[in-house]
Amino acid sequence: MSALVDTFFNLAIMRQYLPQVVQGMGVTVVLALVVVATGIALGFLLAVLRSLRWRPLNVLIVLFADVFRAVPPLVILIVIYFALPGIGVRFSGFASAWIGLSLVLAAFAEEIVWAGILSVPRGQWEAARASGLQRGQTLRLVVLPQAARLTVAPLTSRAIVITKNTALASVVAVGEILYQAQAGYAFSYNPSPLTLGAIAYLILFIPLVWFGRWVEARYAVRPAGVR
Amino acid sequence: MDALISGFLNPTILAEAAPYLLRGLVMTLGLCLVAIPLGIAGGLVLALASTARHRWIRWSAVVYTDLFRAFPPLVLLLFVAFGLPFLGVLLPPIVSVSIAFLLNTSSYYGEILRTGIESIPRGQTEAARSTGLTRWQTLRHVVIPQAVRNMTPDLISNTLEVAKITSIASVVALPELLYAARQVQSVTYNATPVIAAGLIYLILLWPLVRLLSRYERQAVSIR
Repeated sequence: MSALVDTFFNLAIMRQYLPQVVQGMGVTVVLALVVVATGIALGFLLAVLRSLRWRPLNVLIVLFADVFRAVPPLVILIVIYFALPGIGVRFSGFASAWIGLSLVLAAFAEEIVWAGILSVPRGQWEAARASGLQRGQTLRLVVLPQAARLTVAPLTSRAIVITKNTALASVVAVGEILYQAQAGYAFSYNPSPLTLGAIAYLILFIPLVWFGRWVEARYAVRPAGVR
Repeated sequence: MDALISGFLNPTILAEAAPYLLRGLVMTLGLCLVAIPLGIAGGLVLALASTARHRWIRWSAVVYTDLFRAFPPLVLLLFVAFGLPFLGVLLPPIVSVSIAFLLNTSSYYGEILRTGIESIPRGQTEAARSTGLTRWQTLRHVVIPQAVRNMTPDLISNTLEVAKITSIASVVALPELLYAARQVQSVTYNATPVIAAGLIYLILLWPLVRLLSRYERQAVSIR
């Protein structure tokens, strides 16, 4: 038992690597915030553009959404960080993670918001247009407010998923929690820093898991949330 | 344009990489075949446990689900892969990867199945029980058939996620598709293998993505 504690909960080692892991928590939080903000904004924008129903643009949007929903986020990060420099496009690890994860979230968000827009009956568009509102006004004042309610639950669970995907940024050398924990593990050759990292994730994500479940229940339009 | 093709879709390098990618693809498919059924089975156990009569069974199911949904899958994977050897447990990489996936995916499937079961009004269970069906019969003939319909989009969505998550096994050097691609990339200094791997994932998972879109649209158009 004491061997187990020494290996996984070695306090001396944990104390030594605590500052790095705490610093990693800061990076994880910042990365998650910028990704969620960028991804959802971009997803919204694409869904609104799609509602203009201009065919060539729609084909491109659907293609974008399909590609970034089908290809694993880790592959996308690796392409941005390790492959793009081959054609002279170079991003830092943080920028790669930000761009890659935002694009993935945007793809899912676009589909969710678009489904929300479609859910508003056509008659509402027609009535709003007939009453003299312009297209933009109809969208902004009539359609989107109604669509928004439907999208809250799935958008929240998607945002939570992408937040967890920030751990992938460790692969492209972003100093977030997992990266720091792994570095600590490698230096000390003891898994206690990994335990510390796991605890850091629990502190950040257990409240998110509960928040997600609450949103699900509050705004449920279907029985269970997407992952 | 030429630089783009020779850097990203170089036919010579593609031909060189093809056998490795193919072997990686087989491993990826194998991982899916392990992770998806195991995850669904584990999730079913969790969902049934959350309907159990004993409070401590219900609670441990909830704790398990929340705990393993809070960890990013990569964190679980590294913990299992790097941690277990310190306990004297030396497992082949494929086994430690499977353990990590089981812990992660079963909690997600469990949550989906649980909310699916709970989406069926209590009155139905009570009515079925009062007509003389046993608990198990009620679950099998009344609750589950209806719950499955409600859960389908989430099950598809989660299965898509599981298939994509198998790519993180590359981080612990399991030779699946992404790992194979990165190996060839590091030897040839060319991104073609990674791009090709991305295209293979796209082809593999695109039908699932389309199916998901269709269900999402149906789910909202009923209202």
